[in-house]
Formats: sequence, structure tokens, C-alpha cells
Amino acid sequence: MTVTHELHSHELPQKERMIQETAAERLERVGAAAYRIRHHALNMGEVQGQGYVGQALGAADMLATVYSDQLRFRAEDPEWEARDRFLLSTGHYAIGHYAALAEAGTIPVTELETYGSDDSRLPMSGMSTYTPGMEISGGSLGHGLPIAVGMALGLRYQGSSARIYNFLSDGELDEGSTWEAAMGAHHHQLGNLTAMVDINALQADGKTDNVLRTEPVTEKWEAFGWYTQRIDGNNIAALLAAFDNAAAQAAAVGRPSVILCDTKVGRGVPLLEEREKAHFMRIEEHEWKTCREQLTAGYEGKDAL
Amino acid sequence: MSAAAVSTGPAPKLKTSAMIASFADPGQKTASAPFGHALVKAAQENDKIVGLTADLGKYTDMHIFAQAYPERFFQMGMAEQLLFGAAAGMAETGLIPFASTYSVFAARRAYDFLCLDSAEPNLNVNIVGGLPGLTTGYGPSHQATEDMAIFRGMPNLTIVDPCDSIDIEQAVPQLAASDGPTYLRLLRGNVPTVLDEYDYTFELGKAKVLRGGNDVVFISSGLMTMRALQAAKALAAHNVDVAVVHTPTIKPFDAATVLAEINTDRLAVTLENHSVIGGLFETVASAIVTAGLGKRVVPLALPDQFLDAGALPTLHDRYGLTVQKIVAKVLAELK
Repeated sequence: MTVTHELHSHELPQKERMIQETAAERLERVGAAAYRIRHHALNMGEVQGQGYVGQALGAADMLATVYSDQLRFRAEDPEWEARDRFLLSTGHYAIGHYAALAEAGTIPVTELETYGSDDSRLPMSGMSTYTPGMEISGGSLGHGLPIAVGMALGLRYQGSSARIYNFLSDGELDEGSTWEAAMGAHHHQLGNLTAMVDINALQADGKTDNVLRTEPVTEKWEAFGWYTQRIDGNNIAALLAAFDNAAAQAAAVGRPSVILCDTKVGRGVPLLEEREKAHFMRIEEHEWKTCREQLTAGYEGKDAL
Repeated sequence: MSAAAVSTGPAPKLKTSAMIASFADPGQKTASAPFGHALVKAAQENDKIVGLTADLGKYTDMHIFAQAYPERFFQMGMAEQLLFGAAAGMAETGLIPFASTYSVFAARRAYDFLCLDSAEPNLNVNIVGGLPGLTTGYGPSHQATEDMAIFRGMPNLTIVDPCDSIDIEQAVPQLAASDGPTYLRLLRGNVPTVLDEYDYTFELGKAKVLRGGNDVVFISSGLMTMRALQAAKALAAHNVDVAVVHTPTIKPFDAATVLAEINTDRLAVTLENHSVIGGLFETVASAIVTAGLGKRVVPLALPDQFLDAGALPTLHDRYGLTVQKIVAKVLAELK
């Protein structure tokens, strides 16, 4: 199979793609994408000298699963009408999303170094008006899911079978608007809507448990009527299984689905995994090289097993 | 509530009526639910138009649309953040949503969702706000006396303050046709029909001179244009000749037309169903200062305070929105 063929296969839902690969090959493909996304994020962080690198590393497996395996899109035509929508609600995760968009081929890898610079298309907080492939302007938290509800209603009304993925964080579960939308999506039976929640248990002021307790998270979503799965969000096999389950039950009229992903801030780079967790992680100038080396060593070590 | 205590006297006290009291005068010509019918008409010609509400369909005349187009109507429940977030999401898919609630909830409760989800990406989301200014006796929880002050600072947002059923009927298709978000200060139920007596059509972004006059010029918007026209007739009996300029679009403001009328020796008065802070008066005042005209303007507006609860006629009298109060104010200014 040619690379071209595989890229174009993103126009079909994952389950209809004629990709001849074993489960192991699929895991390896998505894992490699996650590895590249993490590298992109480290490079962007180094150029900036700062940034939400910890969040990007933690969410890289979720982003890789969506962009390299699940999402229906045309890399060269981000406005393609039949595309699935990926809504980044957490604007500060833009660093990870840009890395995923580069991996997907929507923005050039060479542009990533402009992250957060004046006049860049890649601002620190993600905005739809700046970046191709960025569907909404996130950042004011708790907006993604309400907008996703409207998109799902609008697309269904117009006969589209496109699916809507909303990436949100556990911190956004503090926002009342998230739960207004959770009710609305169930009431309107938006079966093509999937929420993916990055539960890194960390908020701006500290651990989620100390800021505003959100647990029990699974029971909350179930009580709101959603098809709920909770998984290790840094386990690609678990991610693929959960997204496949969500895809299998997706329908124009049906239960919305949520995939609750427990993730580790800084995942893939032991130096950062072990550092005291912070919303805005400080990384010294000399540490970036170490971060990259640790990431590569970990990935290749895993590969060798 | 000291003002309420003053009004004790032999006459029986008026009662606060239903949530939405009519401000039409007895016997006045009215049209029923002009917004709902106008939206149905616009939807017949444009299949992208959809309607949403947050549990206030019957109170914003959206129920007319819901009955005509049940498949194009979306009930979002009593969840205003969802209402306007979802309206933006619908607009992202190419639809033209009209989303209704009370003005207080749109302006105070859902501002962030209107600002970032619709205004920043400049989406064609049309906000329909009931009970603008002082159009209910339910007190500050329902009286949107500062809605324009809140909304004027939002980039990209067009603000329309219609006078009557004619304005609403003609504005709705223009709001749907215009790019970007809009805010309509809804008048609902039996809405007076006033402007058919004048050579007038609603044009988005334009102020219109409804009548000329040599002594005084009224600059007015919303239901206060109706009162301004009535006051102009009443003042004629006092040999005062009053011009009336109607400015239904508050933003973007037609400064050229208004300044041309202001820049004369006539007494200039602004009339609005809104707080004296941040509404029509300050819009006119900033245009005057920017142009360097140095012209005095008398504001006729709601005071900068939380207003009383009570019967609407009582409150309109108490806060100076009645024809009698307007006439008295102008005569005092001319002395």
C-alpha cells in the first residue's frame, strides 16, 4: 500500500477503510504517530522556551489515536464539508493539537517553530480564526461541548453523517456549561457526538482533588445518559478499543459517547513525568535535549521489546 | 422602595400584571407576534434559518416558528450557555440560527458564549432578547436596563432596537441576510404598529428622520420612538415644533445622519428604553465629541439604578418614559 493511498483513506470512517494491517501493525502505526507528536511538542516548547508541554505529552496518545486512526478528514482541505469535526475545547493544549495537525499533514512541520510567535498562525491558545484545521476557539473553558452539541444538531439536520469529537479536560468538568451540554446531547440523542476527557488530575491551582473534586466521573456521565468508557489514556491498545466501541455504536440518533482517559502529565519523558506537576511546566534550556533523548530511548526501547 | 410608598393615595394601586405586560395604549393598532411571523416568512425563503430557545419559546414568540417548522426548531432547555454555544455550533455548519431568551439572560448570563463562540469568529448568530429595558414589572431579575451597555463593547455585534411591529417585520430578514452576529431587542405579544403612518422603511445600519421640526430634535430608538412621536404631537399644542429621528440600529451607529440633525440650534434630546449609562445617549454623545461639535444633549433614559417592581404604567411614569413626562421635560428645558 502506498502512503498516498493511506492518507486518502482518512476520508472514510475507520471501520470502512480497507487498510490491510494486523492489530500489531495498527498499534505500531498509532504509536509512531504519538511519538512524532511528542517530538513536535518538545521542539515547539524549546523554541518558545516554555509552554504546555506536559499536557501535550500526556494527551499525545489520545491525539494520535484520533488523527491517525479515527478521524475522517482531508489534510489538504480542512474545510471539506463531509469531514468529522475535532473541537479542541482546552485552548492551551493547542501545542499538542498543532503537533497532531502537522502529523496529519494539515500544517507543515516546518511551521511548528513559529508556535506562540508574533504573526504566527499557531498562537499559544488555539483559535479557529488563526489555524487551518482548528474548528473552534477554545480557552475559555467549558465552551467546547455546548458548541459540539450545536454542530451535531446542525450536521444531523442537514443530513450529514459526520461525527463530532470534543476534546476536553477534567478541569472543564468544573464548568456548569459542560453539564448543560451533557444534558442537551443526551436529550437530543446526538449519537454522532463523542467527548474525550483528558483526566490528568491537574488544574491551574493544583491537583483536581484539591481544587474541586470531580469524582466519581464515570458515574456522573452515566447518570447523564452517555455511553461511558474509562481507560488508561496512555495505552494505545485501550484507546483504539474504546474509540472502536464508540464508533460501533455511533448513529445519527442515539446515545452520545464519552471516553474518559486517565493520563500522566509529561508522559514519555521520565524527567518530566517525575517533576513536580505543574499546569505551566518550567523546563530549563539544557533540559530539552535530555527530554528528547529520553523520549526516543523510551520509544525505541519499547519498540525493541 | 421609597418611591412606591409615595404613591399611596385614595386611588386603588395598580397591580403588577403578567411577566410580559403590554405597553400598547388602549385602542392602539397592534400586530400579534410580529417576530414569530416574520421568522416564519424568512424561513420560507431561506432553508438555512433555524430557531432555538432556552425554555422561553412561548414568551419570545418563537413558538410561532416552532409550530410552523417543528423540525427546524430546537429546544435547548433552561440552559443559556448551551443555547448560545450550540447556536454558534449550528452557524459553524452553515445554518442561520435565531436564538431567543430574555435579554437579561443573554447579556448577563451567556455573554462569554456569545462573545467568544459567535462574535470572535463573526458567525451569523442572531440573538433575540425579550424584555429589553423596562418592559416588565418583575424587577431587576427580568429588567434588562443595561443590555445595550453590555453588548456595545462586543466587537462584530450588530445591535437593533426596534420601535414597533413594522420595524421587527422588516428587520428579521435583514438580520438573517447580514453576516456576523446580531442582537434584537425583542418586543413581543401584541406589539404596537406605529411607523406605517410615516414614509419609513427599516434599513439595517440607518437612522431615519420620521418628521421634521424647528424647535426640538428627538433622537430615539426602540419603543421610545413611539413615545417620541406621540410627545411631538402633544408638544405641537404648546407651539413647540419637534423633529423625530429614529435610530433602530445602535451599532454600527449611523452617526452621519444623526450628527447632521444634531448640528443645529434646536434643543437635542435622546430618548431610550435603557439606562442612561452606555446606551443611545452615550452613543450619540461619543459621536458628537468625536466630531468636535460641543453640542448639549438632554438624555431621557432610565436612571442608573436597579428599578422598582410594579405595574408597567406606574413604572414608566415613575422613571419618565411616558408622553406626559417627556412633554414636561421638554417644556422645562425650553423655559
